[in-house]
Amino acid sequence: MRITCPNCGERDRREFYYQGDALALTRPAPDAGPHAWDDYLHNRDNPAGDTQDLWFHEAGCGAWIVVNRNTVTHAIDDTRLAATVKR
Amino acid sequence: MRLQDPQSTVSFTFDGRRYRGVPGEPVAAALLAAGVRLVARSFKYHRPRGIMSAGSEEQNALVTVGRGPQAEPNVRATVLEVSEGLEVFSQNAWPSLKHDAMAVNDLMSPFLGAGFYYKTFMWPKPFWEKLYEPVIRRAAGLGGLSGKANQDRYEKAFAFCDVLIIGAGPAGLMAALTAGRAGADVILADEDTAMGGRLLREVEDVDGQPGPDWAAETIAALSAMDNVRLMTRTTVTGAYDQGTYGALERIAGLRRAGKPLECFWRIVAKRSILCAGALERPIAFPNNDRPGIMMASAVRSYVNRWGVAPGKAVTIFGNNDDAHRTARDLVAAGVKVAALVDCRDDVQVDGDFPVYTGAQVVATKGRRALERITISHAGGTRDIRTDCLAMSGGWNPTVHLTCQMNGRPTWQADIASFVPTPGNVPGMVTAGACNGAFSTAACLKEGAEVAAEVATGLGLKPKVTVPSADDSAYRISPLWAVPGQGRKWIDFQNDVHVKDIKLAAQENFRSVEHMKRYTTQGMAPDQGKSSNVVALAVLADATGRGIPETGTTTFRPPFVPVSIAAMGAGSQGKGFAPERLTTSHCASVARGAPMIEAGLWYRPSYFPQQGETHWRQSCDREVRYVRNAVGVCDVSTLGKIDIQGPGAAALLDFVYTNTFSTLKVGRTRYGLMLREDGHVMDDGTTARLGEQHYVMTTTTAAAAQVMRHLEFTLQVLRPDLNARIMSVTEQWAQFAVAGPRSRDLLNSVLDDQIVDADWPFMACGAVDVAGVQGRLFRISFSGEHAYELAVPARYGDSLFRLLTAQAESYGGGAYGMEALNVLRIEKGFTTHAEIHGRTTAFDIGMDRMISRKKDCIGRTAAARPGLIDDDREQLVGLKAVGAVKQLTAGAHLFAQDAAPERVNGQGYTTSVAYSPTLQTGLALGFLKRGSARHGEVLRMVDHLRQIEAMVEVCDPVFFDPEGGRARG
Repeated sequence: MRITCPNCGERDRREFYYQGDALALTRPAPDAGPHAWDDYLHNRDNPAGDTQDLWFHEAGCGAWIVVNRNTVTHAIDDTRLAATVKR
Repeated sequence: MRLQDPQSTVSFTFDGRRYRGVPGEPVAAALLAAGVRLVARSFKYHRPRGIMSAGSEEQNALVTVGRGPQAEPNVRATVLEVSEGLEVFSQNAWPSLKHDAMAVNDLMSPFLGAGFYYKTFMWPKPFWEKLYEPVIRRAAGLGGLSGKANQDRYEKAFAFCDVLIIGAGPAGLMAALTAGRAGADVILADEDTAMGGRLLREVEDVDGQPGPDWAAETIAALSAMDNVRLMTRTTVTGAYDQGTYGALERIAGLRRAGKPLECFWRIVAKRSILCAGALERPIAFPNNDRPGIMMASAVRSYVNRWGVAPGKAVTIFGNNDDAHRTARDLVAAGVKVAALVDCRDDVQVDGDFPVYTGAQVVATKGRRALERITISHAGGTRDIRTDCLAMSGGWNPTVHLTCQMNGRPTWQADIASFVPTPGNVPGMVTAGACNGAFSTAACLKEGAEVAAEVATGLGLKPKVTVPSADDSAYRISPLWAVPGQGRKWIDFQNDVHVKDIKLAAQENFRSVEHMKRYTTQGMAPDQGKSSNVVALAVLADATGRGIPETGTTTFRPPFVPVSIAAMGAGSQGKGFAPERLTTSHCASVARGAPMIEAGLWYRPSYFPQQGETHWRQSCDREVRYVRNAVGVCDVSTLGKIDIQGPGAAALLDFVYTNTFSTLKVGRTRYGLMLREDGHVMDDGTTARLGEQHYVMTTTTAAAAQVMRHLEFTLQVLRPDLNARIMSVTEQWAQFAVAGPRSRDLLNSVLDDQIVDADWPFMACGAVDVAGVQGRLFRISFSGEHAYELAVPARYGDSLFRLLTAQAESYGGGAYGMEALNVLRIEKGFTTHAEIHGRTTAFDIGMDRMISRKKDCIGRTAAARPGLIDDDREQLVGLKAVGAVKQLTAGAHLFAQDAAPERVNGQGYTTSVAYSPTLQTGLALGFLKRGSARHGEVLRMVDHLRQIEAMVEVCDPVFFDPEGGRARG
């Protein structure tokens, strides 16, 4: 598996640390209530198809990257720096 | 029998007997040349088996190479190269290949059909695990492992290219030539020892010259190109995501000569062209597994390429025109053709040998090797004396790699087989026989054209020129199974025959995947390469469906077996994990300190002195150094993270529960870090070196995790903060100097004297040590008046030697991990034994450290009712108060009168030590409502080590609870 780091280009997946769903980007307000926090912390979709997740280029430039990939075809169609993603 | 005398030979042994072989030829060829036909016993019924193929698809001739720890089982004799002194052994036979006692299984075969163990061995139930399964496992099988550590060398390597071409037959060679001439960066990989594919095995002309000559010329042209890399003995084993391919290279030359045996490649290719050719399939006729019965294409390979005749009187049985060339080549080589048997009525064959059309082989005879066959034809039946039967059921395109990423192949009726479905593997295209184009002319043309398309896609300008070659049609009339008595083998490697598959259908295992699991057809190293299509055809027939509707099972990597040793090459022993060594490593080892692993680091356990016979003596002495004089300990392994920028303070306020923006420059503060789910992640001290400059310390174990967490916070959660972080763990060597004499020791090494008034508890700042700029922190993990002194790593070794020498002059010395652990337990300081991932700030008595004035990671979740429930297990100290003084970590706590069972559990211990200071056994642990139960006496029970002790619950700070020693 190869992931394109926006800084470093296409690299082997072993350079990356996998975090999980990119919903981590939208942290609820402290007073958002237990349901919002429960969803943020624990509840995850398990899609057959497009998904967005966060990878860390740990053995590379240290960038956190939002990866758009398809869980069925394994195709990766987009990668962006988490720091620049609109939220 | 050899057709010509070889120029040179080497000797090897098979089952202890010496044979001659030509260097480089497969062991199978040498054995056939010597007239050895029985080479193996089958998996389940221990039937005599011979060589069946001439390639990596071999199902029968699996052998063990070498002996002792170097024995390698299940090597296919058809790809194993002969070399001087090679030792080869047959497998799965006892006491010998000729007289195999387990052949009794074959007599019992009526009871051992598909799924027999599900039915026969149902009762009594306990017998399955204890008796039936072990017996069955021992009776069935292939080669065994030695059980000893493998001492052979293996390698792994990486390669990158524009175009990976898989297979170097006519299609692959033309593809490489076309792509290479266009300027593409090409890797051409072929699993054979020489490139050329079937051009080396057939008698055919290309461009007016013999096929092998054309292949040699083309290979020479490719070798001359800098942008083409030729890899022989290299099987591409798997297709993976984003153009990554796995490949196994068998290293050429003598085995065991110090070279690696195999190299596992990971090849990344922008595009790939599969030119993997096709595999000939058997025909299922009664007893079609006797040694001497082999694939027609294999017979031609041995005759044309290796100059070996597999028999003296060869019969050919086929259902397609391609089989006829076998007769032609045998006659040309001077080998007698006993008969040509073609199942089709309407074929015309010219030759000086008996031809039977509309005929089938209905029986075979010969106990350990083929002697006779019986054929049935329009005129009745006839017996034919023959020692070799060449069968051809047609060709199956080698589609496997195209199906490894969940793709399915497409049925093509005119060749009665499956072809690749385009687009199954992104970036991969197919050409030649693997695409269903069977004539040499078609292979050459497809190879060139497909490569041209690929090169054009890469922005190159290829030219297509195709040499002339044979273009005769491949006419086939499907023949899967011949009717008649006796077992008709389909999957030779797993001993699966027609009846097994019919039985599966009859018992409603009609799905092809169910049939596979019920019969084991298509399993084992071979993965059904040769048997799959025949098995599907029989299943389709038995279930009344067509073959396309029946579908195929899933082809998974690897295409050929890959040893774990090759995949994991370099990761054995020292290569398993990197070793991180501190700057004081050499000095510590020189002092005889046993080094223990702390993550990837190696740290001194203790520093033994003369006369000490037990680690506890050393440890107790080192603890006393710190409590009474001064000790020195390398703490460089703790994570050190440099944090700078206008947003540095806000970042720390957000990741720590407590506040760091209010910390004064020149001061240090203890910080507690939570995960977003409210549990403790890590703790440590952070010093403020400047307005916008902090240096954070983490625990040794969590350094990488905290680094990741801080980057996550900065980039994902708070990109608004303008701050940068950098790990400086390796850049600074840092030593704890702890004990009542620590200030005196420091003043003996620092360029400028320090006084307590300028350096109060938790102060930090720059100092000079022998002219070197360093950093000093007045922090303590021992509860004593203590400092940590940091210098650039290159001075670490000399500073450690200087500090320990000075400490010794004050009646102290170096201390190791054991003493460090005792000192911190005496003070109730936590490590990851306590903050183990399930504990909260509340549990360790630090809930008041969560600031109410600001948000921080984990704050909201930490306030969930379940995480601050009074019933939770809270950190406590435990002192041994009964007769048993030994406490153990991981033991459980119970009320004195309760049975020591899980339901009565009150808590557990996490860290234990014998305290030389308090002269008693101490433990830290977690206890339900623990902070309210000080003074209570409980039972500590360690079921694992059979230890039970009475303990008194107390505050976790056993020693100097007021903290006067550290502050004073």
